[in-house]
Amino acid sequence: MLTTIIESLRTRFPQSVLEVNEFRGETTVRVRKDDIVPVCTFLRDDPAASFDYCSDVCGADAYTPEERFQVIYNLYSMTHRHRIRLKVSVDESHPHCPSVTAVWPGAEWPERETYDMFGVVFDGHPDLRRMYMPEDFAHHPLRKDFPMMGIPDSIPLPRK
Amino acid sequence: MNIDQAMEIRQQKILAALENKNTSVHFDDALDNEMVLNMGPQHPATHGVLRLLIKLDGETVVACVPELGYLHRGYEKLAENMSYHEYIPHTDRLDYLSPLMNNTAYVLAVEKLVGIEAPKRAQYIRTIISELARISSHLVGIGALAMDVGALTVFTWTFTERERLYDIFELLTGARFTTSFTRIGGLAHDMTPEVAAAISAFLDTFPAKFHECISMLNTNRIFVERLEGVGVITREKAIALGLGGPNIRGTGVEHDIRRSEPYLVYPELDFAVPVSNGGDSLSRYYVRVNEVKESVKIVRQCLEKIPAGPVHANEPKKVLPRKERVYTKMEELIHDFMLVNFGVNPPVGEVYHAVEGSKGELGFYIQSRGEGHPWRLKIRSPSFMNLQSTPHLIEGGMISDIVAVLGSLDPVMGEADK
Repeated sequence: MLTTIIESLRTRFPQSVLEVNEFRGETTVRVRKDDIVPVCTFLRDDPAASFDYCSDVCGADAYTPEERFQVIYNLYSMTHRHRIRLKVSVDESHPHCPSVTAVWPGAEWPERETYDMFGVVFDGHPDLRRMYMPEDFAHHPLRKDFPMMGIPDSIPLPRK
Repeated sequence: MNIDQAMEIRQQKILAALENKNTSVHFDDALDNEMVLNMGPQHPATHGVLRLLIKLDGETVVACVPELGYLHRGYEKLAENMSYHEYIPHTDRLDYLSPLMNNTAYVLAVEKLVGIEAPKRAQYIRTIISELARISSHLVGIGALAMDVGALTVFTWTFTERERLYDIFELLTGARFTTSFTRIGGLAHDMTPEVAAAISAFLDTFPAKFHECISMLNTNRIFVERLEGVGVITREKAIALGLGGPNIRGTGVEHDIRRSEPYLVYPELDFAVPVSNGGDSLSRYYVRVNEVKESVKIVRQCLEKIPAGPVHANEPKKVLPRKERVYTKMEELIHDFMLVNFGVNPPVGEVYHAVEGSKGELGFYIQSRGEGHPWRLKIRSPSFMNLQSTPHLIEGGMISDIVAVLGSLDPVMGEADK
């Protein structure tokens, strides 16, 4: 089932699909960053795929000089009951990624969380604020160069 | 930056988000007193430290902006700095109303990554504890919802039943609240016959007691009218917003991971997936009630079918050995040393494993680089996604319905804030 979806994805977007991985029965498709919105729209609307449920959007820090950040989309289909994972890479020098909130409104908060934790800016997001950390916090905590014990004085303490 | 400037920046951004919202609700006859109300983070009806900023037009909610993060402890960052085994106690603190469910969900994800499977008996016990956790979580959910809309007695009754469950958890795991019972490839220890007897005794009396609790509510006109038609969401909108658990089944979507992507021993069990079609707060309540009844059925079947045998997979390099063998056998001592100091070292790869938690799809996405600790661990928490729908459910309604809607969503902030 998933192989035919990936085949149709490849024929529809020959330039976009960079790599397909299989591990423990799960399929991960690496997609070119600029094409993530059309690819997601296709996966949602194609009757054979119909990934109508955006389970999760999250980031990861590969900590490499190029393509440092990853944005990962875990998708699920209510009708066909199958899953797929999409992955795009984002550069540290220009940490921008198109937002998929127009495809799945439920991606709004996970994208805010990814922005908060990794500093990846989602272009076209309706309300891109920090999710957990305070607005004036200068760092992105899940980056690998952020120390686990935190940075002293990065959050001003209340007056006595 | 001093604290005053910092506070001002925070307030301005949140208020700007509230002001910029597209507000389509307009009442010409409403009193001319549009105001901004701050609800939480300390409020009995927000079930934790959730903060809602609400814009009111008379008594009608025009806009609502939830603010999260007051309980953010950075569990995903912590996971990257400890071994897979060390992280198990931290999963207790996610959804603290069903810690056994989180333990199970986490080890299932790690076992998928490592490529091992727990023996049948361990899987049966995991199913039993997951369902008992679901019952205890729903008991709080139902009781707190009733309390939010004014029926205080039911809360004390459901808590009495939950207390009996916690006695069983104490007997089984040694702790009432922070259980940390599962291990990678098995369990902390086997379930003794006394625990099985205690669960049976609980199941014998619980359905009648539970019926008493819900008959206080089902025939209570005030309760039903407070919830009926309040916080309505369509099934399309619920799917698009990523709702889960009883909240999505309350809109008529028959989505249950126990059925659609079976794990543990659920394929061998006979149970129904309760669905209600209303999409309002009352439907979500009914789904929870029926789920408790189904869970009782599941636990009964498990107790009948549970086989004898080991509760640890025979994978010495991946599963922590028994303590008494560590003290007496050389090989086990070496394995214990390697596992504690270097970890399970799963192969390079990434997995996502989701279970049907008591609040919805509870998933763990793990990236491994072949080391003893995860490179990246993401918790897909159902309460986080459920809370995302609060503006949609609240806007256009009355201010007094906010507590009813929040209670029927049953969020747990430990999980939503991570």
